[in-house]
Amino acid sequence: MSLNNAQRQKLLLAPVYVALVAAAFFTLIPFAWLICAAFKTNADVFTANFLPTGDGFLGVAWDRLTIANFIRLFRELGIGRAMANSIFLASFSALIATFFCAMAGYALAKFRFAGQGWVMSLVLAALVIPGSLLMAPGYKLLYDLGLLDSYAGLILPGLTPAFGVFLFRQSMVNSVPTTLLESARIDGAGEFRIFFTIVLPLVRPMIGAYLMITFLQSWNNFIGPQIVLQDPSRFPLSVAINQLRGLYGTDYGLIMSGTLVSIAPVLALFLLLQKEFIAGLTSGAVKG
Amino acid sequence: MSASPPESSLPTATATPPPPGRRYRAEPVWVPWVFLAPFLLTFGVFLVWPLIQSVTLAFQQTFGPKTTAWVGLENFTFLLRDPLFWKAVRNTALFALGSVCIQLPLSLGLALLLNRPGIKCRAFFRLIFFAPSLVGLVFVGLLFSLIFAPRTGLVNTVIHGFFPAFDPEFPWLQLYIMPALILAALWLYVGFNMVYFLAALQGVPEELMEAAALDGAGPWHRFRHIILPEILPVATFVVLMSLLGSLQLFELPFVLLSGTAGPENRGLTIVMYLYNTGFVSGDLGYASAIGWVLALFMGAFALGQRWFTKHQEES
Repeated sequence: MSLNNAQRQKLLLAPVYVALVAAAFFTLIPFAWLICAAFKTNADVFTANFLPTGDGFLGVAWDRLTIANFIRLFRELGIGRAMANSIFLASFSALIATFFCAMAGYALAKFRFAGQGWVMSLVLAALVIPGSLLMAPGYKLLYDLGLLDSYAGLILPGLTPAFGVFLFRQSMVNSVPTTLLESARIDGAGEFRIFFTIVLPLVRPMIGAYLMITFLQSWNNFIGPQIVLQDPSRFPLSVAINQLRGLYGTDYGLIMSGTLVSIAPVLALFLLLQKEFIAGLTSGAVKG
Repeated sequence: MSASPPESSLPTATATPPPPGRRYRAEPVWVPWVFLAPFLLTFGVFLVWPLIQSVTLAFQQTFGPKTTAWVGLENFTFLLRDPLFWKAVRNTALFALGSVCIQLPLSLGLALLLNRPGIKCRAFFRLIFFAPSLVGLVFVGLLFSLIFAPRTGLVNTVIHGFFPAFDPEFPWLQLYIMPALILAALWLYVGFNMVYFLAALQGVPEELMEAAALDGAGPWHRFRHIILPEILPVATFVVLMSLLGSLQLFELPFVLLSGTAGPENRGLTIVMYLYNTGFVSGDLGYASAIGWVLALFMGAFALGQRWFTKHQEES
C-alpha cells in the first residue's frame, strides 16, 4: 500500500488531533458540569453527576431539569440588582479607562517634549508595582478621602491603568502616521479634533480590545469591591454570588446557577469579539 | 492578578524621531501634558501617594485606619520570626513552582500542536482553550469548591466510579489544598499562556523551519535550535508573568476555602496573610510590611528575568 504525500501528512496529524480533542474535552468538562448543576434540583445535584438519568431522550430525565434556581436568584435574592451593578461598573470603568489610556498613549507616542522619558519611566514603573502592596495604604487613602462604600472609590483608582497607557503607546507609534497629524495641523485642525477624528479611528482595533480587557477585569474584580463596598445593595455579581455561598452553602444548584449567570455574559461577549481581544492581549508582548 | 510586562522586553523610552528636514507648525508645549493629565493625576493620587503611605505604614502598628503608633522596624523583625508568614511563603512558593513547571510546559505543548501546519479548526481550538481564563477567579473558586466537594463533587464521584474502594467522602480541600489550587489554576491559565506561545510560534520564519528540515534536523533539534531561540523573549515574559501572578495568589484560595486559610493554614498564601492582617485584624501597618517583602520577592524575579535576557542577548 502506498501513500501519497498528502495522505501521509494527514495520517501524521491524527495523533495531534487526538491530543487536541482530549485537551478540549478536559477544558470543557467543568463548564458542562456547571451548566448541568445549574439546572438541577438540589436532590438531583446529590445523586446525579451530570444530568439525572431517566427514560427520556438519551436516557436523561429531561423533565426533572428545572429553572427554579434562576427564578429564585432573580425573584428572591435580588441578583438582578447585582447584575445591573456589575454591568454599570464594568461598562463605565472600561469606557473611561480606554479613553484616558488612549489620550496618554497618544501623548507618549506622537509628541516630543521635555520630560517625556521621565513620564515613560513612570508608566513602566507603575507596571511592576504589585497591586497587593497598595491594598492597605489604598484602603487608608479611600477612608481619608471618604470614598469607602462608594463606586467612586472603586472606579477612580483604575481610571488610567499604566498597562493601557503602555498598550496604546505601543500601537500608536506605528499605526498613526506622523505625516497625517502634521498635515492636519497645517490645515488648522485643533489638537482635540485631531485626536477624535484622526487618531482614535486609526486605532479602533486597539480600542475594541482594550475596552474588552478592562470590562472583563472590572466584571471579574472581586477583592476590590469586597474591600471597598459595604452596602449589599451596591455589590456587583462577584461579591454577591460569593455571599450566596455563605448563606446557602449546600444549595449547590443555586450557587452554580448564580455562577452561570455571572460568567455567561462575558463568555458571550468574548465569542463575538475574540479576534480583536486576543490580538490586543498579545500585542504588548509580541510586537513590543 | 495583573499582567505586567517586564521592563527588559520593552523598547527604550523614546518617542518618534522628529520629522526629517520638514518644517511644520509646532503644536504648543502644553498639548501633550493635557493628554497626559488624567494619567498623571491618578498616578499621583492612587499610586505614588499610597506607595509613600505604605512606607510609613510599614513602620507603624495600626488598628483600622484610625489609630496608629510608630513601632520602628518591629514589623519587619516580627515578620522574620513569624511562623505564619513563612508558612504562607512556603505555600505560595509551592504554588508558583507548580504553575511554572506544570502549566507552562503544557501551554507550550498545546501551542506547538496547534501550530502544526495543516491543522484545521485552529481558531476553534484556541477559543476553547482560552475560554476558562475569561472566568473570574471568584467564579472559578466557587466552581472548583463544588468540583472538589466530598461525595457530590465531580472529582470524587469520577474516581469512586473507576475505583469503588476510593472513599467518596475524601476531603481534598482539607488535605490537599495546594494540589487542588494548582489543578484549578491549570484549567484557568493553560489556554491563556498558550495564546502567547502560539503568537510567538507564528512569528518563527517558515523558511527557517523548512531549511532545517531539509538539512535533516529532527523535531527535537528544530525545537531546541530554531524554535526555542526565536520564542525565548516571549517565553521569558510568560515565565515572569506566571511567577509574579503566582506570588500574588489570593482570590482563588480565599473563595475556595470560604475565606479561611484551611486546616493548619494549608491554604494560607502571602497575599491572603496580608489581607487577613490588614482587613480582618485591622493592622494595616503589618500588612504593609508584608506587602513590601512581597514586592522585594517580585522585584528580585523581575531583575532575574532582566539579567537572563541580557545574558542571552550577549551570548
